Amino acid sequence: MTTKKRISVEINGRSVEREVEPRMLLVHFLREELSLTGTHIGCETSHCGACTVDIDGSSVKSCTHLAVQCDGAEVLTVEGLADRGTLHAVQQGFYQEHGLQCGFCTPGMLVRAYRLLQENPDPTEDEIRTGMSGNLCRCTGYQNIVKAVRWAADTLKAQAAAPNASAAAAAAPAVTA
Amino acid sequence: MNAPANERERALMGMGESRLRKEDARFIQGKGNYVDDIKMPGMLHMDIVRSPLAHARIKSIDKSAALAIPGVHAVLTADDLKPLKLHWMPTLAGDVQAVLADEKVHFQMQEVAIVIADDRYIAADAVEAVMVEYEELEPVVDPHAALLPGAPVIRDDLAGKTEGVHGARVHHNHVFRWEAGDSAAADAAFATAEVTVKQDLPYPRVHPCPLETCGCVAAFDPIRGELTTYITSQAPHVVRTVVSMLSGIPESKVRIVSPDIGGGFGNKVGIYPGYVCAIVASIVLGRPVKWVEDRIENISTTAFARDYHMTGELAATADGRITGLRVNVIADHGAFDACADPSKYPAGLFHICTGSYDIPAAHARVDGVYTNKAPGGVSYRCSFRVTEAVYLIERMVDVLAQKLGMDKAEIRMRNFIRKEQFPYRSAFGWEYDSGDYHAALEKVMGAVNYRELRAEQATRRADPDSPTLMGIGIVTFTEIVGAGPSKMCDILGVGMFDSCEIRVHPTGSAIARMGTITQGQGHQTTYAQIIATELGISSEEIQVEEGDTSTAPYGLGTYGSRSTPVAGAAIALAARKIHAKAKKIAAHLLEVGENDLEWEVDRFKVRGDDAKFKTMKDVAWAAYRQPPAGLEPGLEAVHYYDPPNFTYPFGAYLCVVDIDRATGETKVRRFYALDDCGTRINPMIIEGQIHGGLTEGFAVAMGQQMPYDAQGNLLGNTLMDYFLPTAVETPKWETDFTVTPSPHHPLGAKGVAESPHVGSIPCFTNAVVDAFAHLGVTHMTMPHNAWRVWQQLQQVDRPVEPR
Amino acid sequence: MIPPSFDYHAPSSLPEAIALLADLGDDAKLLAGGHSLLPMMKLRFAAPAHLVDLNRIDELRGIREEGGEVVIGAMTRENELIGSALLAAKVPLLVEAARQIADPQVRNRGTIGGDIAHGDPGNDHPAIALALDARLVLAGPRGTRTVAAADFFHGTYVTECAADEILAQIRVTPFAPGTGSAYAKLKRKTGDWATAATAVVLRMAGGVVVEARVALTNLAPTAIRVPAAEAALVGTAPVATAVEAAAQAAMAACDPAEDLRGDAEYKRAMAGEMTRRAVRLAAQRCSG
Repeated sequence: MTTKKRISVEINGRSVEREVEPRMLLVHFLREELSLTGTHIGCETSHCGACTVDIDGSSVKSCTHLAVQCDGAEVLTVEGLADRGTLHAVQQGFYQEHGLQCGFCTPGMLVRAYRLLQENPDPTEDEIRTGMSGNLCRCTGYQNIVKAVRWAADTLKAQAAAPNASAAAAAAPAVTA
Repeated sequence: MNAPANERERALMGMGESRLRKEDARFIQGKGNYVDDIKMPGMLHMDIVRSPLAHARIKSIDKSAALAIPGVHAVLTADDLKPLKLHWMPTLAGDVQAVLADEKVHFQMQEVAIVIADDRYIAADAVEAVMVEYEELEPVVDPHAALLPGAPVIRDDLAGKTEGVHGARVHHNHVFRWEAGDSAAADAAFATAEVTVKQDLPYPRVHPCPLETCGCVAAFDPIRGELTTYITSQAPHVVRTVVSMLSGIPESKVRIVSPDIGGGFGNKVGIYPGYVCAIVASIVLGRPVKWVEDRIENISTTAFARDYHMTGELAATADGRITGLRVNVIADHGAFDACADPSKYPAGLFHICTGSYDIPAAHARVDGVYTNKAPGGVSYRCSFRVTEAVYLIERMVDVLAQKLGMDKAEIRMRNFIRKEQFPYRSAFGWEYDSGDYHAALEKVMGAVNYRELRAEQATRRADPDSPTLMGIGIVTFTEIVGAGPSKMCDILGVGMFDSCEIRVHPTGSAIARMGTITQGQGHQTTYAQIIATELGISSEEIQVEEGDTSTAPYGLGTYGSRSTPVAGAAIALAARKIHAKAKKIAAHLLEVGENDLEWEVDRFKVRGDDAKFKTMKDVAWAAYRQPPAGLEPGLEAVHYYDPPNFTYPFGAYLCVVDIDRATGETKVRRFYALDDCGTRINPMIIEGQIHGGLTEGFAVAMGQQMPYDAQGNLLGNTLMDYFLPTAVETPKWETDFTVTPSPHHPLGAKGVAESPHVGSIPCFTNAVVDAFAHLGVTHMTMPHNAWRVWQQLQQVDRPVEPR
Repeated sequence: MIPPSFDYHAPSSLPEAIALLADLGDDAKLLAGGHSLLPMMKLRFAAPAHLVDLNRIDELRGIREEGGEVVIGAMTRENELIGSALLAAKVPLLVEAARQIADPQVRNRGTIGGDIAHGDPGNDHPAIALALDARLVLAGPRGTRTVAAADFFHGTYVTECAADEILAQIRVTPFAPGTGSAYAKLKRKTGDWATAATAVVLRMAGGVVVEARVALTNLAPTAIRVPAAEAALVGTAPVATAVEAAAQAAMAACDPAEDLRGDAEYKRAMAGEMTRRAVRLAAQRCSG
């Protein structure tokens, strides 16, 4: 029997302390232990990117990361993108540009796109395709995903230029279910 | 609202609007509800022990080490299922399939035992601990070899059975022989033909590989005697009926729920052993049991696609008029025939293979064969073998064009069914509803400036130092979708109708449920758009639900592009029943006769008096308050639609490729896809699915394969090797459309989005072969990966001079 | 999908890590980026009883210039290589190669040290290290030693690094003026290992090649240098005249294994083509 480890992680801004088996994958920690099921599993060989989260400012495939490695880390998942109910520009962009169909790759795409735009706020189409090449999609053929990321880039630039955030947010129609 | 009619129409966000999707809100916030997201109190986890060998007898199974692991609740084998008579189950194709291997394994990764444990980590350890002893048998993986006299016997359980459900079996590994058309007429056409061509056209095995794998949460409630199962199923009602039949639990006490599904593409139609085992485990243990497969299991064991070994022949006049078609197919079905076809059609709708052409005589024969490979055959956006059929005819037309030295667009124009010939009865007996193939191809050729492309190709061919070979691929396909009329189409005896139930609430919003189930196609939005236009209620106020068999009316599910042709019709007709009742109520409220009313967008107006009207909302309230005498209160309707015919969407695709003569890599320079699906409900949603289907087609044509070695080991069963293109490899797509409504459909809509897969795959092959056509190449088998194309280059091309 | 159980150790210094390795012996494996080891464990192809995580050891990180060498900590991530202005200026081959490895997420975790020490012939950094004549610094209970890249790769999954040693640094010489480099990698898709790849470093003076190094990825049981290709290139002007000879030498030197990427014949031909492309590109960059 192996020794469990106590970890302390900040997930979407909230501190969490748990005891975990060393072999517990971060993706399972999020989904099973914390019931944050937005992050998905699409393969077991680290190819599909559906499990992508943001760890200490970096896009990481959470299926290839141990929960124990996150002790002391800050983790952002899709559930943490919106700001108290206001959707992030990447989320708005995927809605506006029809960047999703079945939705299964979408959380990984969103969290990756979020970080991509932090790293490169004004990406060309090629840079978007390369920047998102760690995330597979079967439904969309990527064309509208590229448009969605570009929409988000334009929106974030506008928001930065006009710090009155509510103006930019109000410009896009609300997402209704 | 008394705005002008056109403003009110826009506000409905109904038919034809590219309105944004209603389902997106939950997905973009990580609040989807997929099977693996479901947690129930007391839930256990199931994992599967699988055979490493393709063909073997099971000598022993030792559960003891697994049972000794803390947290393991049970280990079950076929012997445990025997008393329940569930160790074998019927397939959708009239065969039987082992649920857990019964004394013998028939394909690599076949299910041998299940373990149930507290969590998936313990279950994974338990799977390792189950010790199975095998005695290896000789496997056969090539379907031609499987039909040789001394071939290994795969199905011991069928020993002596010379009749299958589809007729005579001519060999111990033979499944069925199926024929269509008129072989005498076809033979006569070939005997008198001025020109004939013949080409072997293997269509290799591939796999749909949706991003979400298959799984379920089975929850048997021992107190109520009720079984609920959340499942990745494209056909939940069929699952309910089958589960009831297998388990003996009355259908009224079985509830199947397809929640959010992460892509289907035909992978999630069949009933897999994992589902049956989870249900049995839940019943035996009295607790919920979750089973979710991993990616290797998904690729290795769930319904593959294609594996059709086709030989096509065309008879023609010297000036390129096709007079006859003959096709022979060896169909590799794997170890069990679990093909999801309508029961009368063991080769699906393959006999659409006269395609868009007016071919007077045709014959097709398909022989199904068993091999030591996973079962399946119908999946991956194939519309019941339409992918194979279109591949065959579109390749054969190119082969004929090359033999005659004819332009590949011109030969199509010469042979198209003409617009005036619709409705058109094909040589195989299908009645095509409508089409305008000339207009579609002309539009595409104009858009890409076809003459200029051919001129450029000629220039490149004349340049010995050109670093690339340029190819132009054309495909003009006709599909047959919308299965289907119940007299022709049934699944396990249930006719392939579909259904819709709509209920309008007193305050004028509505809820609607259908027998189909979206897996990303956007039904929550598009179905609401249909109702919005029919009833004059905004699509924002129409809730659409699918997938819960306890509330949704019975339907046959979503696959084969059938949702719009079948359920879409049911939706329109249910709405029209409500509309008819609403008209009566409106007439009563306005104190006029029904004949004095006219409908405008969202209201009944008195003819000639614009001020006197009642909106659908007014009517809804009145229906609950005080309906007129003779009418029941409420405002709802249900309609079960048995389609009178299939629908026949069509399209014209054109692809330009540049092949690197040094490496064999193919760059798709341009892909122009024109689709005609009749009436278009939401152009944005159509276009999105076209992009996706073209991308899947690109993956099939250019890289996907499931190579088996001689021992039946499936090589490359992970995403390292199975080609799923990223955003970098995926070409940019250009889409276009024409609209030729279906005359027999209430909305004129035909169904869409398998077409990009059906049409693009032969288009890529046609383009690649066209690049080599001047060097005498008539066919190249997929996948057209760099290595295989390079091998073709070595055979026919001169090396480019090094610079 | 689920790895077998193991005990986990996260030392915060190199001496602590070395002591742990010595203590735990053969049952322990080092965890660097984890994108080779963890997938193997998830498929249960590897089942170490202990993992020693190197990710919290600061002294294994960082890129700096020291004593005329560029010193790269073994735990430097691929994305850190890509973003390094120092490498872009002094050893651009490393930047070019890192860009072609895996995908963005994997590059955030994968390390140059892990890529080299794993001994996988499919990894890219071994050929790069050969082409750069890199010096690999190994730290262990018997002290620190420096091994030339040429002496490091013994066989598939077999390197000079002993079971109780840790690869700590990669030391390379900054490019002298007149040096150009290229890494031409043929792959089936983004994220795939090379079907064939060639790394080339050329130094020219007065239009003549004075130094050449050519190394191949995934075309033999280890990454290999091709001395015959190098000899064919040295002394040539213009390089164009020697490109074909270099390519032929690469084809003769390689010993590719057949797999789903290609048979030996295809891979051998691609060794030639990638060599042609890398030599031409490196030569162009010499003047730049």
